[in-house]
Amino acid sequence: MKELTVISGKGGTGKTSVVASFAALADRSVLADCDVDAADLYLVLEPKILRQENFSGGKRARIDHNLCTACGKCEELCRFDAISFDGEGNERLQKTFRVDPIACEGCGVCEWFCPDKAIIFTAAINGQWYVSETRHGPMVHAKLGIAEENSGKLVTTVRQEAKKIAEQRGFDTIIVDGSPGIGCPVIASITATNLVLAVTEPTVSGLHDLKRVADLTSHFNIPTLVCINKWDLNRDVADEIERQVTNNGLVVAGRIRYDKAVTEAQIKGLSVVEYEEGGCADDIRELWRNVLDHLQGLT
Amino acid sequence: MITISIASGKGGTGKTTIANNLAVVASDNGHSVAYMDCDVEEPNGALFLKPKIEETHAVSVSIPQVDPEKCTGCGLCGEICQYSAIVVLKTKPLVFPELCHGCGGCWVVCPAGAITETYRDTGRLETGHAGEVQFAQGILNVGEVMAPPVIRQVKAIKTNADLLIIDAPPGTSCPVIESIRGADLVLLVTEPTPFGLNDLKLAVEMVRVLMLPFSVIINRADVGDDRTRNYCQSEQIDVLAEIPDDRRIAEAYSRGELVCKALPEYRHVFSELLERIEKKVTSGKDAAERRTNR
Repeated sequence: MKELTVISGKGGTGKTSVVASFAALADRSVLADCDVDAADLYLVLEPKILRQENFSGGKRARIDHNLCTACGKCEELCRFDAISFDGEGNERLQKTFRVDPIACEGCGVCEWFCPDKAIIFTAAINGQWYVSETRHGPMVHAKLGIAEENSGKLVTTVRQEAKKIAEQRGFDTIIVDGSPGIGCPVIASITATNLVLAVTEPTVSGLHDLKRVADLTSHFNIPTLVCINKWDLNRDVADEIERQVTNNGLVVAGRIRYDKAVTEAQIKGLSVVEYEEGGCADDIRELWRNVLDHLQGLT
Repeated sequence: MITISIASGKGGTGKTTIANNLAVVASDNGHSVAYMDCDVEEPNGALFLKPKIEETHAVSVSIPQVDPEKCTGCGLCGEICQYSAIVVLKTKPLVFPELCHGCGGCWVVCPAGAITETYRDTGRLETGHAGEVQFAQGILNVGEVMAPPVIRQVKAIKTNADLLIIDAPPGTSCPVIESIRGADLVLLVTEPTPFGLNDLKLAVEMVRVLMLPFSVIINRADVGDDRTRNYCQSEQIDVLAEIPDDRRIAEAYSRGELVCKALPEYRHVFSELLERIEKKVTSGKDAAERRTNR
């Protein structure tokens, strides 16, 4: 079984559109949408949800205002400015301390040191994850709660579930849709994956962000392919990207032309390879053949 | 000072384009402007503003340092740590610095005084000027997990500007929240496609949870369909600007050029956007004042 993770550095380069097309082209594959704080793959794949689970990425503190004596120990120790003296009062005090649930990082230091045992420190529900069936096979996806953290742990959960399904059904491929950036959720989506495909665009920002992504995958020693989406928007920058990528020992696995059919397909709830013959759909078919060759060639 | 944060659920909708052009046009119109790039994972503002960097500082986070001589192997540090960043195997604690959130629990709890606070660099801050615009950006080191500490330090930079423009990262999780917290107005940049609308709705939920005033900008306004406009209308969200899908804008962007310089006919779009922002923020502040005076 092989896992492919599609990331981009810069947002909006076309990761999800490429993954949706791969889903349509791949045989016996499991899909994992790991862009957990802006998940879009479901809009194209229209999953039927078979199973839903709550996700808890950590704990969160809450102060019982009836027990608080307003000693201020929690505020003094909190390193995240999450505690303020504006909580509800009780029979002895006009006001007490309060935890801002958005600023709280769930370290539990306040609970540990509270002399009055007034702090409740319990598991927080930070989101949901789902196992679904789509017209292109099984899919695991998730929704991180609004203003929640621990997206990295949710990404790891989604990948683990996708792997379980692939094992159960004897499928060969897992295709992971990652998130933009190079931080926590991205690192969680590429750790120990077999192959990364970085989708970039021929712009100075695309090139700048691709370099940081390539540094990241080489830091973790993960084989990496590059695809230049909308390459004909600026042919000079596309050539420059190809030159730099090749010099760094990476492989350009394909170029996808700019094509308005991508947006039209999205509006119809289709991947572009289902929507049109020719155009950029042909480029994506060729890209998929190259990616699959690399994936199967890995030992 | 007015603080405007420019965010979006979906990536690549044009946050940086709006933020940079707004900064330059506002500065040309006589405002004193500061621009802070808080997309520390992939900061792009400098590619367009081409600032002269005058100072660079390391960004560091707190981590524990264990003195094995003093450690009694009691294990309390491992017990208090919620992040598995300090683990007691057999007798002596092992520190995993990348997992540490710097909460301080272990060095406060250690009864033997064997743990002290030390620091580790996770990124850097660069400050300077782009013309008259005061410029700052945070850069997260490659391989580091946590963007928020770098963002916090970018936002801690002092400025005397009367307009502060913050360029936020995409998404709706912790780095975004850190970037938009405290803004007088959040501008959510979207495009009228199904993906754009889905992620806009998530971003709207986020700013509503944080109780921040916000408006929408529709970029590449003539691609896609009307669902985004209809959504904004039914939710009574102001659309402060619409920018057309002009291939020349995309080409200028691809070369690292500012729209307001490469295509001066678009300058008025940003001037008008600026006026609407000022009006919106002032009327919001007036309303807040009326509420407190009542």
